[in-house]
Amino acid sequence: MPVDPQLLEQHGLTVEEGARIIELLGREPSITELGIFSVMWSEHCSYKSSRVHLKTLPTTGPRVLQGPGENAGAVDIGDGLAAVFKIESHNHPSFIEPYQGAATGVGGIIRDIFTMGARPVALLNSLRFGSLDEPLVRRNVEGVVAGIAGYGNSIGIPTVGGEIEFDESYAGNPLVNVFCLGLAKADEIIRASATGAGNPVFYVGSKTGRDGIHGATMASAEFDEKSAEKRPAVQVGDPFMEKLLLEACLEVMHSDALVGMQDMGAAGLTSSTCEMGSRGGAGIEIDVALVPQRETGMTPYEIMLSESQERMLLVVKRGREAEVEAVFTKWDLHAVRIGEVTTDGRMRVKHHGEVVADIPNGALTDNAPQYRRPMARPAWLDEARTLAFDTLTPADAGAAFLRLLASPGIASKRWVYRQYDHMVRTNTIVMPGMGAGTIRVKGTDRALALSVDCNGRFVYLDPAAGAALAVAEAARNVACAGGEPIGATNCLNFGNPQRPEIMWQFGEAVRGMGEACRALGIPITGGNVSLYNETDGKAVLPTPTIGIVGLVEHADRVVTRAFAEAGHVVVLLGEGLGELGGSAYLKVLHGLIRGVPPALDLAREGALQRLLVTLAMERISRSAHDCAEGGLAVTLAESCFDTGVGVDVDVSELAGPAAGWGVIATLFGESASRAVVSVAPGDFGRLDAAARAAGVPITTLGQTGGDRLRIRVGGRSVVDVALAEAEQTWAHAIGDRFHRAH
Amino acid sequence: MTFAIVVFPGSNCDHDAYHAVKHVLGANARFVWHKETNLQGVDCVILPGGFAHGDYLRTGAIARFSPVMADVVKFAEAGGPVIGICNGFQVLLESGLLPGAMLRNRSLKFQCEHVLVKVEQTDTPFTRACRPGQILNLPIAHGEGNYYAEPEAVAQLERNRQVIFRYVTPAGEAVDAGNPNGSVANIAGLCSDRRNVVGLMPHPERACESALGSADGLVLFESVLGAVKEGAVHAR
Repeated sequence: MPVDPQLLEQHGLTVEEGARIIELLGREPSITELGIFSVMWSEHCSYKSSRVHLKTLPTTGPRVLQGPGENAGAVDIGDGLAAVFKIESHNHPSFIEPYQGAATGVGGIIRDIFTMGARPVALLNSLRFGSLDEPLVRRNVEGVVAGIAGYGNSIGIPTVGGEIEFDESYAGNPLVNVFCLGLAKADEIIRASATGAGNPVFYVGSKTGRDGIHGATMASAEFDEKSAEKRPAVQVGDPFMEKLLLEACLEVMHSDALVGMQDMGAAGLTSSTCEMGSRGGAGIEIDVALVPQRETGMTPYEIMLSESQERMLLVVKRGREAEVEAVFTKWDLHAVRIGEVTTDGRMRVKHHGEVVADIPNGALTDNAPQYRRPMARPAWLDEARTLAFDTLTPADAGAAFLRLLASPGIASKRWVYRQYDHMVRTNTIVMPGMGAGTIRVKGTDRALALSVDCNGRFVYLDPAAGAALAVAEAARNVACAGGEPIGATNCLNFGNPQRPEIMWQFGEAVRGMGEACRALGIPITGGNVSLYNETDGKAVLPTPTIGIVGLVEHADRVVTRAFAEAGHVVVLLGEGLGELGGSAYLKVLHGLIRGVPPALDLAREGALQRLLVTLAMERISRSAHDCAEGGLAVTLAESCFDTGVGVDVDVSELAGPAAGWGVIATLFGESASRAVVSVAPGDFGRLDAAARAAGVPITTLGQTGGDRLRIRVGGRSVVDVALAEAEQTWAHAIGDRFHRAH
Repeated sequence: MTFAIVVFPGSNCDHDAYHAVKHVLGANARFVWHKETNLQGVDCVILPGGFAHGDYLRTGAIARFSPVMADVVKFAEAGGPVIGICNGFQVLLESGLLPGAMLRNRSLKFQCEHVLVKVEQTDTPFTRACRPGQILNLPIAHGEGNYYAEPEAVAQLERNRQVIFRYVTPAGEAVDAGNPNGSVANIAGLCSDRRNVVGLMPHPERACESALGSADGLVLFESVLGAVKEGAVHAR
């Protein structure tokens, strides 16, 4: 059929891309083929703008069992086991239809994990919304949280941690990034490749409907006032079906009758068919008339592009079909043979025997367009990086402290995580809100500490430094618990890559992330890119979220952030430089995202992290908490709240002048590479020796105990508040915003 | 002593119950698929938590029709000890083995947190090792745990001393402040009139090891282990 510019535009393709399709096929594409190209060449599936940058990330290491390119990455965690993990975004659907958008985001990443032969054991999420003062944002938050809960709780995978931030830039484009980790035997990881000519291809799971057609294309365009009309492009989740698929697929994997499998995620049957064939160096031929359909009269175009959820594609050894079918029958699932593996490296789609698409796999995968899009440092950046303190009046420290505790980004997230089943599977040894989500690995002494992080304000002010700071913070979080960071996955959320300043942010962030991961020895084994996070031409804060897996050698030595008891010595590891650029203080008290983010010395950061692991595993630290948002004051407060143990510290040794910006910067500055630990008085000598050996400076601040939270400079209290009052402010800030509204 | 853990397709606490009774308690345990109809050699049946058949309709409403349930009912009627945890409790209610029904939590949200429950009766196979009035720290994780029965039915439960667990405050008072979900009379768990069938919304199997934050739930499984060993309870 003739390919005209209007048709191409409807498919999100450029005129040049249209010409390239004709060149690769040697003819005009059929409408089904055009649809197939449109989804496979969409930004979401092809990474056409990001790939040249992603190639620079470190992806190898002695523990890496599977790097990028499969459904998820995998690292060796000892005892013959592998941690299989990945993070993925479901941003656009979660704005259009919050509950289903978020729910299917959870469902999608879970399938990526069990497709690899791993049993999913933990979920985390990283969420970004606009201001909670906006009714529409609150509605969006309620829907997203309920959607995550509805899916994760039902399927029985605990949500053990995560992070949430609020900024006006996300109001029309929330971010929903979901991380999933599974466990597999290291030598039983399944790859999604199709091999062996004549081997049958099976379809199993939900029937195919018209939902989600062009979902991947939607995720590759900006939002405007018409976006709400795209609701049919959002899929509907069925966690029970996914639970059946999960159990049945894990059972099938134990039989060697399986050759490979892949879930039908973005671009559904299209991507699973061509990617499995491509990875296996083979081809796949299917007849879409055999695909179980939920609606009548579906065209091959619709069947190939549907993103109906909870569907899997399997390649089975010829002659062994009955074994596989028996397992699916047990779980009341129907495995349908829809085609077979071929030798010609092509994706051939028939409809009642008539060929409707016949495309070389390479045209859809390796030969998809790749762009080195122009990059330009934004003109506004220099202005944003200046911070004229003389034009601002510093807030009263005590009042600022309570304002920060009540700000949604810092306040307790219990209203959220109480809705998530965070204990199912009985592995959760550090509850949400207590530090890095930590799960024990049954049958071993080990545990895994997991963290997802990103401070978008820092990235906005300096993308390379901000992304490096995100890596440092996430790794420091797992190190506080006693986990050695051994692997990472990233979810890169940015605006429209066709704007040079956005592409510059992206390129810089990837560079900074790569540098930090190389310096800290943490390979990135996969991830996801989400571009076009814009509404009416205004981008979200650049948000390269990083998820880090920490390996804890002794699960019974895990440390949380909570002060254990009164009379312990409180010590700051690292040095505060009083850096307020991009801080929560400036945002919450002055409404500013300005200045230069904190400096990061990766060698110092690495030394601190190794020290934190040593302190936990040698049972020296009794609590450990990373200093991040809200600075030292908020770190101390959060260490008090969980156990109700107060604290009395003197920060004179850290402070500048006792009035004005010196105190503010000491209390609320967000300098990197710091943590607050507490030790029993008798263990202080061991702490001191370990810190000296590691080359990490320490400052004794005071001790735990009492029912107040007191921070002094010299003889003067700059913060002095009843712990119960501070805790109430912090604990109810988010929940109250919802209750007041009802 | 062998526990049978019934596995509905949407059970998701089946492995947790197995781990608790097999690896923590040290008893024998086996999974029984919901399409099986054989409870031979079983000393105690656990209906675990989860979403038995997806529960898009009413929690537990379809599970009562699973083939295994006829045998579970037979086992219970013969006096065998049966415990339904969370979704398992909901299945017991739908099966008519225990009276009443579950409504959505009054928060209208799923709630996962530790709560305190008081042991009201110690003459059941699952509470005989408890002290009367003992307060247990157990997790809940449910969206529909708001127990309801007609006032007359509740009065009868009270008369028969069938309310065996109640949500309480740290001071041990069964008042509204200690009630996480709106359950009538703060009811967290019940037994049958013959006392061998127990249902509760909290998850004792998630509280069998101090590493998980509480080991208070183990006493329920120790109770039934003792009861079976002493011959105090069995299916005749």
